[in-house]
Amino acid sequence: MPSGWFFDPVFGVAVTVAAYVLSLRLQRRLPWLHPLFVTSGGLILMLVALRIPYTAYAAGGKVLEFFLGPATVALGVPLYRQFRRMKRNLAAILAGVTAGSATGLVTAGLSASLFGASQELVRSMMPKSVTTPIALELARDLGGVPELAAVLTVLTGLFGSMFGPALLRRCGVRDDLPLGIAIGTAAHGIGTARLIRESEPQGAASSLAMALAGIVTSVLAVLVRNGI
Amino acid sequence: MAGFAILTAFLLAGHAIREWGGVPLPANVIGLILFTAALGFRLVKLETVEKAADFLLRHLMLFFAPVVVGVVSFFPLIGREAAAFVGGLVISAVAVLLVTGWTTKALSRETAAGVRAADEAGRAEGAGTGGNARGFDRGG
Repeated sequence: MPSGWFFDPVFGVAVTVAAYVLSLRLQRRLPWLHPLFVTSGGLILMLVALRIPYTAYAAGGKVLEFFLGPATVALGVPLYRQFRRMKRNLAAILAGVTAGSATGLVTAGLSASLFGASQELVRSMMPKSVTTPIALELARDLGGVPELAAVLTVLTGLFGSMFGPALLRRCGVRDDLPLGIAIGTAAHGIGTARLIRESEPQGAASSLAMALAGIVTSVLAVLVRNGI
Repeated sequence: MAGFAILTAFLLAGHAIREWGGVPLPANVIGLILFTAALGFRLVKLETVEKAADFLLRHLMLFFAPVVVGVVSFFPLIGREAAAFVGGLVISAVAVLLVTGWTTKALSRETAAGVRAADEAGRAEGAGTGGNARGFDRGG
């Protein structure tokens, strides 16, 4: 039943922006609802219910996806802002982010393999701690599936933002700097968004770590790719 | 709009360098590194790009919602490999959190307390000792 106009990019753009705006409104009333889940989940339900082929939606989806590119470059702004503030601890921050990023690549690959995952899933899992637009590109480069990497990245961010701060405090990480750096490295923008609401210094550390982890993981992924 | 033009110009440079320079990083990451360097060397003014950058970052979720929707094509794969999907995710997330937190904490202790002391100096009397005490007494 879908006819030609469904395949016009305006369709995908219009429904996605509408779903996004609605989900932000909804979140104001129900703060525990994550807007990304509402947006994507709602769109998936709509496509399935109305039997609209994914390719029709994707024509518009690709238009919005394009902005992930400039948005990643834009991470330079928080990176530069926080860099100036945290110069003194730069060595500790770089060491933490590098150790964490390496741990992320290795443990994600290993644990997924241990559970008997396919190569597709293993390679999509590896970059899941870094911010989504970078994780997508890394999954592609590593031979994984960008869509899987996106979902894994979002879920990792949600997990880290919900349980990360409590886990870290219980394990002796209570200072603003290491806590923020750990959340930013493990749970990218979603973890950062939570910390910013609770503590300015933690949020600042987290946004620095998120941008750094994206860069460091990209460099480490090159080593992984050459090693495989 | 000038900000947006600058951001896309750096992204374009990222693509060019990846294609022609053989740099194996994603184009957006190359763009990010160059752009941050340009800010650092004052080749680009923060005020020029701030608005565009903050807008894009604030609505990051809108831009990757379509990618998440794309997962519909991979439901069968996720169903088959649900254990690995969840297990790998949780194990690795916990490992990254702890390794990063502990490493940063171990290396930044003294200076972290110092930075916090500086941050809190305006707020409370004797913030320096307070920051120090909190930095040292709760080893994990």
